[in-house]
Amino acid sequence: MTDPIKPEDKDAELIARRRRRSIALALALAAFVLIFYVLTLTKFGPALFDRPL
Amino acid sequence: MAYVEHSRDVTAPAGGARVEDYLALLKPRVMSLVVFTAFIGLLLAPGGINPVIGAIAILCIAVGAGASGALNMWYDADIDAIMSRTANRPIPAGRMERDHALAFGLILSGFSVVLLGLATNWLAAGLLAFTIFFYAVIYTMWLKRSTPQNIVIGGAAGAFPPMVGWAAVTGTVSLESCLLFAIIFLWTPPHFWALALYKQSDYGAANIPMLPNVAGEQATKVQILLYSVILVATTLVPGFIGFMGPLYMAAAVVTGAGFVWLAWRLFRTTESKAMRKAGRTLFTYSLSYLFIIFLALITDRVVQMLGWL
Repeated sequence: MTDPIKPEDKDAELIARRRRRSIALALALAAFVLIFYVLTLTKFGPALFDRPL
Repeated sequence: MAYVEHSRDVTAPAGGARVEDYLALLKPRVMSLVVFTAFIGLLLAPGGINPVIGAIAILCIAVGAGASGALNMWYDADIDAIMSRTANRPIPAGRMERDHALAFGLILSGFSVVLLGLATNWLAAGLLAFTIFFYAVIYTMWLKRSTPQNIVIGGAAGAFPPMVGWAAVTGTVSLESCLLFAIIFLWTPPHFWALALYKQSDYGAANIPMLPNVAGEQATKVQILLYSVILVATTLVPGFIGFMGPLYMAAAVVTGAGFVWLAWRLFRTTESKAMRKAGRTLFTYSLSYLFIIFLALITDRVVQMLGWL
């Protein structure tokens, strides 16, 4: 039978999961910002560039 | 034994849900059907939509559907733990705390509705909000545990997505979008009752009043047959009102005949094992059926646009 999992392994697993969740959340937020940016540009349309400099 | 208990501790640490568990809360398989039907609704709607805005609209509908799935899993964790089909979901399996699923569902609901409103129009956003409310509150919290008609009325939640897609383009609700709604609405009862017939012990153990447990198998088979006939008749209406052409009608007639035949075969079975098998066959067929009907809708439209028929 395999040895019981040691507490430090459990901590490492928890830290790894938290890290993956953090990365997923960061990616989701970045995607949300990007979507908003692209949506804004799309809503403005070509008129966005049709203005005096 | 110590190893088993310990390993469960590692797979189920408090607050230690995996990213995949959050994705599972969104019910990806249900979401794929929602995305598909919403996409068809969006493509069929007259007027057209900017592709970027259309893609954002579909994303919002998908996330909204996922959010309602998360809220469903939050509320139903107790009965999910009893049924074999749902026992391995993140909350009953002990991989996630209920409150996290609730927060996840509420946040996604808010973001998807607001973004859809800003991207398209507030009618579409309102319909999406109502869809989430209908599934999470009307169906999950109220109907599911209180009446054998739960999935008849609750089926409306799954029927709204093409209407939301249509509204995202046109800003209106029309007869055609109501027909798309009606097709899914009428498809839901025979689909789920076929599942309930071969999973009725699960539903019985969880004390969910599905029709086979409450009214009996014979009554359920009659209802399945009736709904199948009404469903197939409804799928022919788009052709009769000129919304769809001969290609769609051919697909609707052929696949509809198959649906009614399988419902009839189920109705005729009396032996328990054969009935479960016939129920499973109808359930599987009904999934393909809805896919083909919606695929036929868009194919017919494309063929008409290209002038091939």
